[in-house]
Amino acid sequence: MLKVLKEGLFTTVQDKGRYGYLNKGVPVAGYMDQFSAAKVNNLLGNPKNAAVIEITMTGPKMKFEAPTFICLGGAEISAKLNEQPISNYSLVKVAKGDILTYGKLQNGFRAYLGVRNGFETPVVLGSRSYFTGITKQNHVSDGDIIPYSEDNGFQPKIMEMKVNSTFDQTVLGVTPGPEYEMLSDKQLEYLFAKGFTISNENNRMAYQLEEMIPGHEISMLTSATLPGTVQFTPSGKLIVLMKDGQTTGGYPRILQLSDDAINILSQKKFGDKVKFKLLKE
Amino acid sequence: MNLYSISIRSYGPHAILIEWPNRVEEAILENILHFTNYLKEVKLKDGNWEMIPAYNSVTLVYRDEPIDFAKFKGMLAEWYEDIWEVQSLKRILWKLPVCYHKAFGVDLDLVSEKLNLSPKDIIQHHTSQQYTLYGIGFLPGFMYLGGLPSQLEIPRRSQPRAKVEKGSVGLAGKQTGIYPQTSPGGWNIIGNCPINMFNVKKEEPCFIKVGDKVQFFEIEKAEHDLYKIEEEVGIYKLEKEVWDA
Repeated sequence: MLKVLKEGLFTTVQDKGRYGYLNKGVPVAGYMDQFSAAKVNNLLGNPKNAAVIEITMTGPKMKFEAPTFICLGGAEISAKLNEQPISNYSLVKVAKGDILTYGKLQNGFRAYLGVRNGFETPVVLGSRSYFTGITKQNHVSDGDIIPYSEDNGFQPKIMEMKVNSTFDQTVLGVTPGPEYEMLSDKQLEYLFAKGFTISNENNRMAYQLEEMIPGHEISMLTSATLPGTVQFTPSGKLIVLMKDGQTTGGYPRILQLSDDAINILSQKKFGDKVKFKLLKE
Repeated sequence: MNLYSISIRSYGPHAILIEWPNRVEEAILENILHFTNYLKEVKLKDGNWEMIPAYNSVTLVYRDEPIDFAKFKGMLAEWYEDIWEVQSLKRILWKLPVCYHKAFGVDLDLVSEKLNLSPKDIIQHHTSQQYTLYGIGFLPGFMYLGGLPSQLEIPRRSQPRAKVEKGSVGLAGKQTGIYPQTSPGGWNIIGNCPINMFNVKKEEPCFIKVGDKVQFFEIEKAEHDLYKIEEEVGIYKLEKEVWDA
């Protein structure tokens, strides 16, 4: 068991997310930065879908109540185990009573904490991923107990891994969304010639972008939306839907981010810059 | 030979969007649902495909692998021209209880004033209609219902509420619906439905599906309180009628 002493800014449990309920309005949820979470699970020898803890910008303080192995990944938030710095993508053996803390954010925005065999919070509709109205809570709170199974016998094949981080990447690869063709030359020029700044409206549901592009008066019938869909509001605002994003929407869907681009964007925070680049389909 | 010309578009690496003519129409929705069933039961039986119908479109999603769009585009166009041998749709009319008491219908007076209708008339119009479910989205179990009587069309509230209670029944534009969970929202609230529109404890968390119909009927506050308890312990029996389409 992991005891949460301080919850941090926004800490959740995430696996690959929910399958099979999009037609009932249930978002995918799941790891925002699937790339980093997958590396963590990989080093721990976990199943691909194992649940990890996703930490946003300011880390929690947590105490391990049973021995196991852990691995950190994603954003670098000056993590320490019993006051000793530990680094990303290396296996660390923990004992009962060990305390994990975080400090200053160095790089990225979302960090992952994986544990051997994954965290074992309840599976709801096929997934452990926290989501409002589906799981009991939508984020970890002070005093929570997050279950995991004790593991003393793990014999890792490798102890650490070199991972090229995506923190410096600012280019988001996109393909045209269903309503891409409605864009005028002028709107296209704004979209691709200029960069965009992440607004303070950014969370697991969506990232809004600061700069506007010339608006439109197109009205369309509500239709499905996906993680990575770039919505275009009549006033000219761009909203990039993320893993907790709603499953339908009525705004034109002008671009669709690649899987890599979703991972890259997940590590961006307020004020960071990004640029769209059209990929060959 | 099919009635409609459809467009098949690529929607990122993991989805294909199929669109019908840009209209809200019962016959279009039925055509979409028949075709979706054909795909689900015959052509794309792999359970990893998710199919999301809404108004004039269905979106096919395959999350774990990229889709070969060029290949599927041709196949989908051919399949649309097939004669679809599928089971009938088994559409259902659900009768949902709504309490329009002012304890729940916090905007009823405001709506009454703006629409120049008495609360009694509002309730009469609201319960007279069989609404068609054109989509589910925004929140788990949130219904996009079509067929609101024009007398009840009213703009959203200029100031959305930070908290709309679970079960609230609202009006906005050409739409009416139920908030399946407590959430922020801008609809005008005229009542409350004690039935869980989304319940994670059930094997099928959301009993309603796109293509079904909904009719509201008025209940008293005491009945609302009773039905809510019955619903929580799982003994409330929903009224429904089934028809084949």
